[in-house]
Amino acid sequence: MKKLKMINKKDITKLLDELAKNYRLLAPVEKDGIVNFTEVQNGQDITLDFYNSKEPLKKLFFPQSETLYCYSKEQGRTVPEEQDKRRKIVFGLRPCDAKAAVLLDNVFDGADFKDPYYLEKRENTIICSLACNEPQTSCFCTSLGLGPGDKDGSDIFIVDIGDKYLFEAVTQKGQKLLDEMTGTYEPEDKDIKKAQTLITESENKIKKQIETACLSEKLDELADSPIWDELAEKCIGCGICTYLCPTCHCFAIVDEASDCKGCRVRNWDSCMFGNFTLEASGHNPRPTGKERMRQRIMHKFNYFVKNFDANACVGCGRCFRNCPVHNDLIKVIEKINNAKSEPKK
Amino acid sequence: MSDIQQQIQEHAKKLLSDKTVDLFIGYKDINEPMLTEPAFIRDAKDADQLIWNPFCEHNLAKYLVGRNEKIAIVAKTNDVRSIVVLINEQQVIRENLTIIGVNCDDVIDRKKVEAEMDGKDITSAQIKDDKLIVKAEKISKTLKIKNYLHDSCLDNKRDMSEICDIIIGEKSSCKTEEDKYAKIRELEQKTPEERWEYFKKELSKCIRCYACRNACPLCYCKSCFVDQKFPNWVGQTTDLSDTMCFHIMRALHTAGRCVDCGACVRACPNGIDLRMLTGKIEKDVKELFGAEAGLNPETDNPMTSYKEDDPEDFIK
Repeated sequence: MKKLKMINKKDITKLLDELAKNYRLLAPVEKDGIVNFTEVQNGQDITLDFYNSKEPLKKLFFPQSETLYCYSKEQGRTVPEEQDKRRKIVFGLRPCDAKAAVLLDNVFDGADFKDPYYLEKRENTIICSLACNEPQTSCFCTSLGLGPGDKDGSDIFIVDIGDKYLFEAVTQKGQKLLDEMTGTYEPEDKDIKKAQTLITESENKIKKQIETACLSEKLDELADSPIWDELAEKCIGCGICTYLCPTCHCFAIVDEASDCKGCRVRNWDSCMFGNFTLEASGHNPRPTGKERMRQRIMHKFNYFVKNFDANACVGCGRCFRNCPVHNDLIKVIEKINNAKSEPKK
Repeated sequence: MSDIQQQIQEHAKKLLSDKTVDLFIGYKDINEPMLTEPAFIRDAKDADQLIWNPFCEHNLAKYLVGRNEKIAIVAKTNDVRSIVVLINEQQVIRENLTIIGVNCDDVIDRKKVEAEMDGKDITSAQIKDDKLIVKAEKISKTLKIKNYLHDSCLDNKRDMSEICDIIIGEKSSCKTEEDKYAKIRELEQKTPEERWEYFKKELSKCIRCYACRNACPLCYCKSCFVDQKFPNWVGQTTDLSDTMCFHIMRALHTAGRCVDCGACVRACPNGIDLRMLTGKIEKDVKELFGAEAGLNPETDNPMTSYKEDDPEDFIK
């Protein structure tokens, strides 16, 4: 079922205008120099000339702060409903972020547990990914089994081939949407070849790599290693790397209540915060930076691997780009791979 | 290698090998354009990793609180002032500390440089005298460093040499005439409604990552009010009122203590100019109480002390 379509770049705004009429359209918008996926009413405000959005997509399905239910003495419990039930289109998502959504499905749409809040938002979303012709210097996706042309997680895959976009339906859902799109026409062989060449060129531009072949096993041996002291020393314990990570998904549930009413809210949490896993007794099993740094790396490259047979990292490079002390995950992994294993106690 | 860098390395070697200190905190290179990272050196033979350049942006005073070791620290003028506040507040034991003050310590604002590069990733950045040669794919620009400094560096800096144990470098040669409070003064002229709108717009960019708080050398509370659940001083949600409450309360906690080092601004992933809050308070304290934080380890914080000529206009 491989179906391809083309659209001239000059017609893309019109196409997006139409999509915005029938769907909730989320696309990259630049505001104060920062690009983020934002709901738009038309195609005009959209920028498709960008590296990647500052924030990943995850908050679309897993908001930073989400009311699970509210309660009051008079009314008992009320569950808020999704306000806008129209189907959503995410247009121009980068392949790494589309893949990240697939990884998060393991957690929120897993065999053991299905999260209704997440699924409601996830299920009626169509993802149109845009291949990266120009990866960032901090990208390292190719070492994690994906790349600028990776289609996992996309319903439609788009390649910018100069004055035209090439659309490929990846799923049935994507095929249906592609059939609805106006202004498109059949591509020629040379267009398809050009798209392939551009993707290969882009892959070759990605120079940074991490080695994950034996990483999970290695981490098993390093639980008590002094390496964590070294890795955590400069970290200031903010939430940037985890909040801007497309796969980090820890949350804390709190009650925001006063008098006889309140709401139970699920907020993002970060393993880098001092109060992460702080217990009611005041005891914290992860009392210092080193335990927290270990948790972050272990969760991504060991626990997640054991649970879901995948690394919880897509190589987008956001953690490094945004870290106030420039903690580089690539160098962290390198140090771990080279560390001397500790004998098990 | 710059003279300053060489001197830092020599001091580190000496201080570590004669066991004057256990730990030397400075900066090291990470082989990425315009970036350096905090370095923690414990062995004299690693001292040659230490570097000095206008990208040494971090305020390393952040790393002093809660350590029992004898430490030597490389500090820019404003960082020395942060250390003085920490000494003042008894968070750091002066005797355990060797302060290496570096003059000519202006820091390049990477965001200002990036703005010149059409949003492209910078692939190389080299310093040549008072200029920065910066390259991205298909772009190369030569920029005058003094036009790309952090706003917090636009100041005739205080002479902190009396506080420092070791001074490196000539008194700054790269001073600018610009007013570091220019943006704040502009905002002061606006109506309360306009100012409120400004802060609402700026702080709506906040993602509550707390990088500003965690980068601040003075935010050393063991349990920050924003992390406390009983009582729940501030809501944990992303509601703008919760976010603003966090920023306003944090800024007020720094009143009379903030030295305007700009660490909070540099840490923010979304480029929120938090100096508009903290810098305004710092300026007010200076104007109202004639006090500037971190100049003298013996002086009390104006917020916790009383002078007969303190302003009392608010008593009607």
